[in-house]
Amino acid sequence: MNTQQALEGIRIAEFGSYAAGPHIGKMLANFGATVVHVESRAHPDGFRMQYPPYKDGKPGIDSSGCFAYFNDSKLGITLDLKNPKGVELARRLVAGSDVVIENMRPGVMARIGLGFETLKSLNPALIMLSSCNMGQTGPRADTPGFGSQLTALAGMANLTGVHDGPPMLLYGPYIDFIASTLGAVAVLAALEQRRATGKGAYLDVSQYESGLLFLAGELFDYHTSGRVAGRVGNDDPDAMPHGAFPCKDGGWVALSCWSDAERSRLRKLIGKKTLADWTAARTPAEAAKELQAAGVHAHAVNTIGDLFTDPQLAARGQWHRRVHEVIGEHAYCGPAFRLSETPGAVTTAAHTLGRDNAKVFRGLLGLSEEEYGAYDAAGAFA
Amino acid sequence: MLGGVRVVDATERLGWLAGRLLGDCGARVTKLEAPGADTSSPHWRALNVNKHVIRGSAERLPQLAAEADIVLATPSPSQFDELRELLGANPALVVVSITPFGMTGPKAGWRGSDLEIMAAGGAMSLAGEPGGMPVRISAPQAYAWAGSQAAVGALIALSYRRTSGRGQLVDVSAQSAVITALSHAPAFVDIAGVSPTRAGAFMTGRSVTGARFRVFWPCKDGYLNFILYGGVAGRRTNEQLVAWMRERGFDLGALAAQDWAKWDPTIASQQTIDTMEEPIGRFFLSITKKEFLEGAHAREMLGYPVSTVADIAADPQLAARGFWEDVPAPAGGTERHCGAFVIVDGKRASLLTRKSHEYAASA
Repeated sequence: MNTQQALEGIRIAEFGSYAAGPHIGKMLANFGATVVHVESRAHPDGFRMQYPPYKDGKPGIDSSGCFAYFNDSKLGITLDLKNPKGVELARRLVAGSDVVIENMRPGVMARIGLGFETLKSLNPALIMLSSCNMGQTGPRADTPGFGSQLTALAGMANLTGVHDGPPMLLYGPYIDFIASTLGAVAVLAALEQRRATGKGAYLDVSQYESGLLFLAGELFDYHTSGRVAGRVGNDDPDAMPHGAFPCKDGGWVALSCWSDAERSRLRKLIGKKTLADWTAARTPAEAAKELQAAGVHAHAVNTIGDLFTDPQLAARGQWHRRVHEVIGEHAYCGPAFRLSETPGAVTTAAHTLGRDNAKVFRGLLGLSEEEYGAYDAAGAFA
Repeated sequence: MLGGVRVVDATERLGWLAGRLLGDCGARVTKLEAPGADTSSPHWRALNVNKHVIRGSAERLPQLAAEADIVLATPSPSQFDELRELLGANPALVVVSITPFGMTGPKAGWRGSDLEIMAAGGAMSLAGEPGGMPVRISAPQAYAWAGSQAAVGALIALSYRRTSGRGQLVDVSAQSAVITALSHAPAFVDIAGVSPTRAGAFMTGRSVTGARFRVFWPCKDGYLNFILYGGVAGRRTNEQLVAWMRERGFDLGALAAQDWAKWDPTIASQQTIDTMEEPIGRFFLSITKKEFLEGAHAREMLGYPVSTVADIAADPQLAARGFWEDVPAPAGGTERHCGAFVIVDGKRASLLTRKSHEYAASA
């Protein structure tokens, strides 16, 4: 069995918080990149204290399941970036890194002395990705924002819900994960370019624009025909039936037919019953299994709890249980794909705040005990 | 960035975005399209721009793959072995399989369109009215999640090839890709024993009391998205909103006495939230989407209007960044596309590469 990971040897410094930055690091860390997540004690990652769930329901700096979910397999350090000694160490960290990922408001990194030009002078082949709501330029570049709201500006919320009801959100900062996925593509492409040419790159990812790629067809349609897509519940122009149907235990089954032949198979299966009566007599899993066996598109509407018992996800090893120092043993999400040679792994549970200061600065950066102590005394790790 | 990378894209709709993203990064993408396949739909055109289209049956794939670094495919279960054989013939090839549930496991052969994949990935359970019918997003999203995660997988495998000389099979499950969209909802099941569910125009999961917060608010000409946040950014937003309401002479109700520095939404009760949201709702009914976008920006507040595709098409922010690109259309004239998703060293790569002529001629 091959034990080398695909991104082994790639070092990433992550000046990111919440979802949009750290989720990129998580995806790459799961394939072997060494990712150092930078926080400070004065300004820890906002996911640590602003969002439940917490271990035993008690908010605590190291007890957030939300933070943990996006920060497994990384090294965690604290640096006071308002302290010149902290900035000095941040620069040393970057000098030895291949990639910097940041998702602060535009201009903040430059203001604290960590702008791309400065960092590039220390590390000419550096790849730096900046991810923010609007991108680094344009009249609203300085807009602060969270993904739960940007998802509305980017059109998804208007397209969620029934025609005569209000717009809705698909739970959280949906668009952040589009931007993080596309951000990972950009970082990996820049690494490929660097291998071929030796050149670094500055990558400006607008979370807004990333989200629009997921509505590219609807936007193309508007530009071409003037048609303004609206929310239509579960309807689809090309399939009938196409929707969610209640089942006997309070759950739902989703099913669709895309041709006359598929509709015939559905009719043959349900006989003289109405579709609603047929699904109401079965659990979602039973209905889906019978429909699929008959050659009809179908799946149970999985609740979030169901994701932990879904036999397909279990067979593919979706969840990885690791022991966190404070939370205890809990589940981390694995990649959406399996690689046959380098399958990826959740190597460690998420870090407690500043857990790896000594490991990173003494080990990775090679500070002597004296140097480390001097930086500590100067408040660099605060 | 991917100027030297050759991609053969033999995908159906489930995988179109993968090749589009690699093309945005400069890869030379050849799209194998079945003879007679319709290439006129808005989705086809939007996600296959910047690809060199070749008409031919799937039998041509091995021949094209011989010249490729990456092959993207959306095989049916009966084609799984053929796809694996490509790797046998060329061990340095990166072969990316994009299927609804992955190539292994008890549901590997199951049929799934956007609806079923969003259902299987848990996304539908999170959208809709509380206790009511779960809904998907009306514009298909599962294909985009699968395609974008496939692009990540393809490039991770390519990275490994650069150090090892070996290709590999990248087996993408669209169901798993959709889990990416759920934020930290699964953590609630695991840590708190609670399965998050749909909350309509509201949001839950932010307070340990289980309180729901309004996210979508009717305004003068549509809807706004505004959430009572805590933290530094939330404090500024809430203070600015109150100042804005005061300037307009609105009755502040429970907001008047609120000390935002001390307010913590993670422990707020439903009653507290309801009394705070009541005056905000009245204020929002008096303003338009545009007023809110401009006012919130000027005041550095968090919050956005709920945009339609028409609103997005007219957004000056996107125009200023050169997001839209006009490409020659098959019937003459031009068609407008979302541009490349990333700006590299200050420049957005054009979709009009040497292959644009073939793209235009392909319809």
